[in-house]
Amino acid sequence: MGVILEKFPKAAKALPGGSVALTTADAFIGWSRKYSLWPVQFGLACCAIEMMAAYAARFDFDRMGVIPRASPRQADVMLIAGTVVKKMAEPVIRLYHQMPEPRFVVSMGSCANCGGPYYDSYSVVKGVDRLIPVDVYIAGCPPRPESLLYAVVKLQEKILKMKLAKGAGATPQQETGARNINA
Amino acid sequence: MTNTAGSRGGRFDQLFVNLGPQHPSTHGVLRVGLTLEGEVIVKAEPDIGYLHRGSCKLAETRGYHQCVVLTDRWDYVSAMPNNLAFCLAAERLMGLEIPARARHLRVVMCELNRIASHLLFLGTYGIDLGAFTPFLHAFREREMILDLYEMLCGARLTYNYIRIGGVMSDITQEWAAKTREFLGFFKPRMREYDDLLSFNPIFLARTEEVGLIDARQAVAWGLSGPNLRGSGVSYDVRKADPYSSYERFDFDVPLGKRGSCWDRYYCRALEMRQSVRIVEQALDGLPAGDIAAKGVSKTPKPPPGEAYAHVEASRGDLGIYLASDGGAAPFRLHARAPSFINLAILQEMLVGRKVADVVAILGSIDIVLGEADR
Ligand code: SF4
Repeated sequence: MGVILEKFPKAAKALPGGSVALTTADAFIGWSRKYSLWPVQFGLACCAIEMMAAYAARFDFDRMGVIPRASPRQADVMLIAGTVVKKMAEPVIRLYHQMPEPRFVVSMGSCANCGGPYYDSYSVVKGVDRLIPVDVYIAGCPPRPESLLYAVVKLQEKILKMKLAKGAGATPQQETGARNINA
Repeated sequence: MTNTAGSRGGRFDQLFVNLGPQHPSTHGVLRVGLTLEGEVIVKAEPDIGYLHRGSCKLAETRGYHQCVVLTDRWDYVSAMPNNLAFCLAAERLMGLEIPARARHLRVVMCELNRIASHLLFLGTYGIDLGAFTPFLHAFREREMILDLYEMLCGARLTYNYIRIGGVMSDITQEWAAKTREFLGFFKPRMREYDDLLSFNPIFLARTEEVGLIDARQAVAWGLSGPNLRGSGVSYDVRKADPYSSYERFDFDVPLGKRGSCWDRYYCRALEMRQSVRIVEQALDGLPAGDIAAKGVSKTPKPPPGEAYAHVEASRGDLGIYLASDGGAAPFRLHARAPSFINLAILQEMLVGRKVADVVAILGSIDIVLGEADR
């Protein structure tokens, strides 16, 4: 995918009428991506229970094309549902880098946003955005399943706006090493 | 996966497999290091701490009322008993007398929460063993309980409803009516779960002969809750050391026979029926009166001393030890968390089993990592 994303826009622009092809491709790719957001099946804490509720019958996440995948290699989205503690920071970063591009991150709940009720704890990372880039934040402790649905809608809007010419969300993250989680 | 020994001496065919911390069936962030010989497990090392949030230490910087918020997030699947255990310990420290109505309301909420928690177990255990439908059914009923809680205190998971001295708010007529409606809806559903899951031949084959714990072993490892009762040991804090007027209610303690995964599972299924009975009795005989003790300060400073209180939480015997030095924050808070103690037996139970049984055994212990790690 990375090669196509890099080479295709340049090739298309060189051709006559290429930018039309490019916008058509943009619309098509955005549309198909938008309805098959597959998250990594992975929950951290209390918020994960609300995430499970969102998958269940009443809220029915599947109707938005959100189907959990057990392996990060098959997933597009990572829902950080819960508290990221320092011991978990390394696995979270590794999982993120195992996902294929373009990849998105939704930070669910106050803990993942900023530490939440554990803002002064010695063992909690104060916001997952210190580890990995985040696309959508959801407030709440825990957020209701509806807000998770809304976050997915917001993410879909964001995906529709992505342009192939600008890399289409593929933001290669070369560094994989540890970050300063104590900051 | 790494081949630990290879051909350089040692056993040739030992394999080290990491289960977790990201694994769809570990119920949170548990890591188990498995050493395999072929398909058989020769060593299992549970590794916890992936959700250690330091809440016992944080409690030393929070006021007593603020600590209740932290306890909500231990066993987040059933937060009411956590609230209750902490409040009982704090009340013992302060020497408070709780009005009868508040005690009954606490019982109603804790038992409803037990149903919600066991429903979640039932659903996720089904998923672990490859049955997805019970999950949808169990969550449908669970949502109804969460709706009741939402009506009551505004929160679906983290209630902060049981407060030091009593409860946060009284129930309304409408709430009581809705709860009865739910109980009426729920009772026939338990038969449905039996048809769908409990006596399903595939489910039986995967759980009946698996993960046996005998009574001596269960006691030796300090198990509690349905895990202990599944092995046939009758110990329930509600009977053994009644708190919050549990002695007034008529209910049975379901026991398993052989301590297999299925016994533990079915114990929980039967416990839901008993919880329904308790809720009905509590609603019928709800005494009139206050819902909170008078004169609880907003920043309580209990006299120096220590207190211990324990309750039968959904996962077992949850104990809270509180020490006060006379200040506005606890001097020390320690929790005897059932999940943490139940988890330890994994290292013995998994040895000698096949890889395919790991998930069945892990699921049947029903741990919540938030409580194990705190
Ligand atoms: S935001 Fe609240 S509900 Fe979510 S993981 Fe943190 S403490 Fe739990």
